[in-house]
Amino acid sequence: MSTEMSPNPFTNLDPRSRRRRRWGRLMEGLASLAALLAIAVLVILIASVARRGAPALNVDLFTQVDAPFGQPGGGIENAIVGTVIMTAMATAISVPLGVLIAIFDTEFAPARLAFAIRMTLNVLSGVPTIVIGVFIFGLLVVGHGYSAFAASVALSIIMLPLIARSTEEVLLLVPGTLREGGMALGATRARTVVTVVLPTAFGGIITATIVAVARAAGETAPLLFTTGIFANAVVTDPSHSMASLPLTIFTKSELPDTHDQQVAWAAALVLLVVVLVGSITGRALSLRTRRQIEQTR
Amino acid sequence: MATDLPRQSITLPTRGRPRIGDLGLRGLAGAAAALLVVVMVALVYEVAREAWPSIREFGLGFLISEDWNAVTNKFGALDPMWGTVVTSLVALLIAVPMAVAIGLFLSELAPRALRTPVTLLVELLAAVPSVVLGLWGILVMGPFLGQHVEPFLKDHFGFIPLFSGYPSNQGLLPACLILTIMVVPIVASISRELFLSVPGELKQGAMALGATRWEMVRSVSIPQVSGGLVAATMLGFGRAVGEAIAVTQVIGGTLGIHWSLFEPADTMASRIAAQYAGTATHLQRASLAYLALILLVISLITNIGAQLISVRIQRRMQGSSA
Repeated sequence: MSTEMSPNPFTNLDPRSRRRRRWGRLMEGLASLAALLAIAVLVILIASVARRGAPALNVDLFTQVDAPFGQPGGGIENAIVGTVIMTAMATAISVPLGVLIAIFDTEFAPARLAFAIRMTLNVLSGVPTIVIGVFIFGLLVVGHGYSAFAASVALSIIMLPLIARSTEEVLLLVPGTLREGGMALGATRARTVVTVVLPTAFGGIITATIVAVARAAGETAPLLFTTGIFANAVVTDPSHSMASLPLTIFTKSELPDTHDQQVAWAAALVLLVVVLVGSITGRALSLRTRRQIEQTR
Repeated sequence: MATDLPRQSITLPTRGRPRIGDLGLRGLAGAAAALLVVVMVALVYEVAREAWPSIREFGLGFLISEDWNAVTNKFGALDPMWGTVVTSLVALLIAVPMAVAIGLFLSELAPRALRTPVTLLVELLAAVPSVVLGLWGILVMGPFLGQHVEPFLKDHFGFIPLFSGYPSNQGLLPACLILTIMVVPIVASISRELFLSVPGELKQGAMALGATRWEMVRSVSIPQVSGGLVAATMLGFGRAVGEAIAVTQVIGGTLGIHWSLFEPADTMASRIAAQYAGTATHLQRASLAYLALILLVISLITNIGAQLISVRIQRRMQGSSA
């Protein structure tokens, strides 16, 4: 790297070397340009959503339900309530399961089995969310009708691999000496896991949960199959269909009416802020947890 | 004086009660892992079961039939497959070189102070919900493409079949670009990690032999991580093929196969998203499930393939460091 800083007088004399260095600079410039372009897309996207969504942000938006088709006014209260309830239920299902799977993988399973389960988690996280929608539709919607419960099961399948994989990574960061210390004090494996390993990894599990929640809150495809039609009212009974932010955005984005589009932009702004804040918090916490665990080594 | 006491207090908890706890946690954790496997198997079984009427009716001929007609009740996957292939390939063609360049920038080129924040920004791009990206795609990017970019491409490159046809706000081109935006951050963050894993001695060796930084990257870093880049590309492909929502919003959803990138089309995922709730016949729903089954198989192949590649790379790395 230092060759760039202090140009070698010999290479400067040679036109071939000069060409090589110029070529190198060109490629490096292109790589920097690519990074700049990616950031530009993110900025344009956020600015677009903010500029179009902000004018519609007012109290009515958060305290009124969706207006009936073709009528002015209305808000997204029912969509916000629905998204919160369904995401919370999905979290309640996927966090305990995900953490247990991670514990099984890191603490109990023989290497081959652990590898197979890790592989299954990766495969599950690669399954298109729309296919998960088709799966849950056949399993829970046919014969029972749309329900928030079915939606949260679908969302939990999407969250599960995210939580299990990142919990596993944190559990693996917990130094073996801590486990040995626990065992040396006469604690069983289970007791060591519950009293030593999990508390050390707690921050990491929270981080994984936040990132997974941010992902689930914005997920649309599975909702299309489980809560495809919903009432213009705040619904809290999970056996009924509920409105949600992503589906509200999806359906309104395809309507020609500018008022509908306005509401879609506002809902998108709310969703985007929640998701981005969640992701940033998650990443910041994850850096801190890693540093803390590394200090215990 | 204290020689007997500690031994007792150590051995006590391992005997009675905690053993049950040990079994309990092990059992509970094992059951959760078993449930995961059950979910995975049930997923494949259930989608195949939903698709069965269509599989029985059309067999593998489904894959090469252009029909999609609820009146005659004849269905085939050829035109949404064409849309999926075109959008994914064009997206990868743009996204992979960009993403590798970004990975390179984040791991080798950027000033140290910039690396963490820029990495975070790239990861945030991956966190944007697809429905928000789709909303932006349909109301901002699509019209811009249709009114400015596509007429330009048509005027100057209209002789290429891909750029013939009439410019429109919805179609294959916006779908390709939306997928590009979704694939870039995934491949970029994997490439970044790959480049960071290249041993420093190799890079320093290249520099010591007089290579410029770019020559070092080209002759040492990229060959070292090429397998990983293939795996990352496969994961990106899996993601692009399966994305439904944003594509549904921008692609326009029509039947038929068109060469032009400007014309509305359909992908397998977008057709499922657009039609599943309102199917006219039982066989149409089963045919949509058949499309879902194809997507599932593609995602299984790309994910397992990518993982086998990365396992092989890890083994080789461990072998070379030992």
